Amino acid sequence: MAAAVGLATTALMVVAILIGSRRLAHFDAALVGYTFATLFATFGISYRFTIWLQRPPTAMYWKRGWQVFLRPDSLGRNLVQWLKRLGAIFFANSFIWRRGISRGAAHWLVMWGCILASAITFPLVFGWIHFEFTDATFQSYTAVMFGFPVFSFGIHSIPGYLIFHGLVWASFLVIAGVMIAMRRRMVGHDARALQRFGEDFLPLILLYAVSVTGLMLVVSYKWMNGYAYDFLAITHAVTVIGTLLWMPFGKLFHIFQRPAQLGVLFYKDAGRRGEQARCVVCSQEYASLMHIEDLIEVERQLGYRYDFPEGSVDHYQRVCPRCRRLTVAAVQTQLWASAAVPAQPEISAPPSHS
Amino acid sequence: MSVPESLFFFLDPNRCIGCESCVQACSECDTHKGHSMIHLERVNRYESPQTIPVVCMHCDSPTCAEVCPADAIKRTEDGVVQTARKPRCIACSNCVLACPFGVPKMNTDYELMMKCDMCYDRTSEGKRPMCATVCPSQALFFGTHAEIQALRPRSRSLNTFQFGRQTIHTKVQMMVPREAPVMHIDVAAAWHDPQGEDEQDDPMLSAALFELPVLSN
Ligand code: SF4
Ligand code: SF4
Repeated sequence: MAAAVGLATTALMVVAILIGSRRLAHFDAALVGYTFATLFATFGISYRFTIWLQRPPTAMYWKRGWQVFLRPDSLGRNLVQWLKRLGAIFFANSFIWRRGISRGAAHWLVMWGCILASAITFPLVFGWIHFEFTDATFQSYTAVMFGFPVFSFGIHSIPGYLIFHGLVWASFLVIAGVMIAMRRRMVGHDARALQRFGEDFLPLILLYAVSVTGLMLVVSYKWMNGYAYDFLAITHAVTVIGTLLWMPFGKLFHIFQRPAQLGVLFYKDAGRRGEQARCVVCSQEYASLMHIEDLIEVERQLGYRYDFPEGSVDHYQRVCPRCRRLTVAAVQTQLWASAAVPAQPEISAPPSHS
Repeated sequence: MSVPESLFFFLDPNRCIGCESCVQACSECDTHKGHSMIHLERVNRYESPQTIPVVCMHCDSPTCAEVCPADAIKRTEDGVVQTARKPRCIACSNCVLACPFGVPKMNTDYELMMKCDMCYDRTSEGKRPMCATVCPSQALFFGTHAEIQALRPRSRSLNTFQFGRQTIHTKVQMMVPREAPVMHIDVAAAWHDPQGEDEQDDPMLSAALFELPVLSN
């Protein structure tokens, strides 16, 4: 199943490249390595994504998320909310800034740098966009998208300068973000305790390598008469291709998982509006009934058996988290209360080691 | 680095005197600065002084991690179940609602689940978790089996819990009376107490009285 989805997505990508580049008429053969790496990444990402979606908790949220989003009575409101949340959560990273200024800054810079760089490179590599001289004066370019002229600009104009240096701006953003993140990872005690090389450093190193080698290419042809250009071009290609190939497996996969957060927010909205679950012990509301029922089902699919075959409570999930905390302690206390009181009281001294 | 195999976390809720030292110490832990991951519960404020500390039990097959749709919760090789990975957690609260011990906390401001990771920065170096270094009553104790046996000759530790038909084994151990004829702690017992109506038999209350410090000798 996952392999089929992976293959189908990759095939779609190939078709999109063929059509978008007008049967490879605008495809730059020098970029074929990048294209194959992208196709591999497409396969890997859609393969892993499909497997991920099949896990019971993810499948449940996926199904329910769409159901509650598309409910006819709330679709309009949901669409408006979706736009707002897309802006606040994805484009502004609001929740990350609340976790800390340096976290927010690092993520925001790296994210926008990568978005900008991807928006430029992928269409160029796939031949979806290319530039032609507008006329015989060779003074202006026309951007051609999917074979259609879109807009023109002077070679020496400000828009021209901005467009042709797009990747430079992108690498400045990424490098600044990576620096902040690296510093936090090196001095922050929280990060130092829990981080892993592959999860936390490798992605930063890769992004940094891609940006720096990209910048060095510009430096080489602009100010050094193309000194070591071939070597740099190969190094840059290796870093980019390496990053693309690693994408489905490492931390960067969160780019594809994270949007699930939006579905969860709509699930929570629907839960708030619906019936609430009341704890069978303290009678307080503690979650939406939909969430509790879904969780019972997910736990059953995972093989957990938190059900009570007899008694008034059918499932442990019907007890609120606070009452669960109290219950475990209560049972331990009961054991003590029912144990015989010993003749010699137990005296304990604090341990001496630290 | 990993938590030395000889060291265990022992929990004895009914020794808790409610001093809140653990809560303070926990919030000073570097891995979740300013946020305490300990739930210090007041059992029944009107009838009993009993308080109980609740920390993550670090289950062998952690329900929190299994129900996580985002793969955000990982268990280290030495059995410590870590707090949610920040880039992954989508704040769905599945873990909060599914943990049989009621441990994970949802930080709505950060849109992030946070929970005790047994001070992995410390325990993986053989040091005690923050809470266990300050607990004056040793309701939270980190050390070897020999140490706890010497300190509590009346007790032994259990790490098997029964929730309905589900058995959960944990890395953290709970102290029970040595004579108690149980192989596991069964939560259903709390609800099927035949004398539950009688206040004197309220297990929390009687235990609170039972556990008042005895200072003879
Ligand atoms: S006690 Fe709860 S939070 Fe801790 S590992 Fe077990 S299920 Fe997860
Ligand atoms: S709240 Fe976060 S860690 Fe908990 S289940 Fe949801 S995604 Fe996983």
